[in-house]
Amino acid sequence: MSQIPLSHILVVSTALFFIGMYGLFTRRNMITMLMSVELILNSVNINFVAFNKYLYPDKLEGVFFTLFIIAIAAAEAAVAIAIIINLYRNFHSIDVEDAGEMKF
Amino acid sequence: MSASAVIFYILSFFILTTGLLAVTSRKIFRSAIWLLFSLTGIAGLYFWLQMEFIAAVQIVVYVGGIVVLIIFSIFLTQQSGKDLPAPVRSRAIFSVLAVCAGFILTCLMLRQYAFGAAGTIAGPGQSVAGTGNPAGGAALAVDVSVGNIGAQLLSTSEHGYVLPFEVISILLLAAMIGCIVIAIKTKPEAK
Repeated sequence: MSQIPLSHILVVSTALFFIGMYGLFTRRNMITMLMSVELILNSVNINFVAFNKYLYPDKLEGVFFTLFIIAIAAAEAAVAIAIIINLYRNFHSIDVEDAGEMKF
Repeated sequence: MSASAVIFYILSFFILTTGLLAVTSRKIFRSAIWLLFSLTGIAGLYFWLQMEFIAAVQIVVYVGGIVVLIIFSIFLTQQSGKDLPAPVRSRAIFSVLAVCAGFILTCLMLRQYAFGAAGTIAGPGQSVAGTGNPAGGAALAVDVSVGNIGAQLLSTSEHGYVLPFEVISILLLAAMIGCIVIAIKTKPEAK
């Protein structure tokens, strides 16, 4: 593990972040946009764990932030999917362009 | 190049390839499966970093929970065999340009900072000064066992995390109730 410099891990997580951004820009389907958001959150988690492991190995703060981010991501995915299913009932589509009004 | 480095580069290649396939695949179900592979690869990266508890949480929550939820919602909302519409060409081109620009900018900023081997960060133009740990930080590394994490997570002392822990339990409860309220079927006479 010590042969790999920290910057290589950061480059990997940056690449994963921008892959998620590309998906968020190009996809118009709500479920695939949610999947892109999950990729972005995971790249942030890699950063937290790597910083904790390399720069502050005597502390556990990065681990806790990662755990809280995972919990918030789970809650966010559940709420987003409930909203998506409700939108599908009302518009019969989960494309963001079709959902033109907010109150049904 | 040692075996550890080879494993790291294989894992990174796997994560990035499957992530790219997850955001570009035209079939939504395949896209979800590629996302599953990418998340599993990230769990492998946590194992490689010797953070076994985080890797286990990643597998249980993401691979076992969120991806299954996404697959359920795919089956509930649309025909999984149908192709997604291709992105508008101009939007795809500008997205690629914006994403590449952001990636290059971030990598250039990363090169400005020399991360020391053990706990030292040198800013641009600064010399490496000890900020947290003396050299050889791996020697005083805290063990990241489940017992240690749990003890600090629930301690009420100075570096305890019991307040965020309680706040996030309230958040999960609120999210659960919110999901039920949003997704509940309205009665026919109500509409």
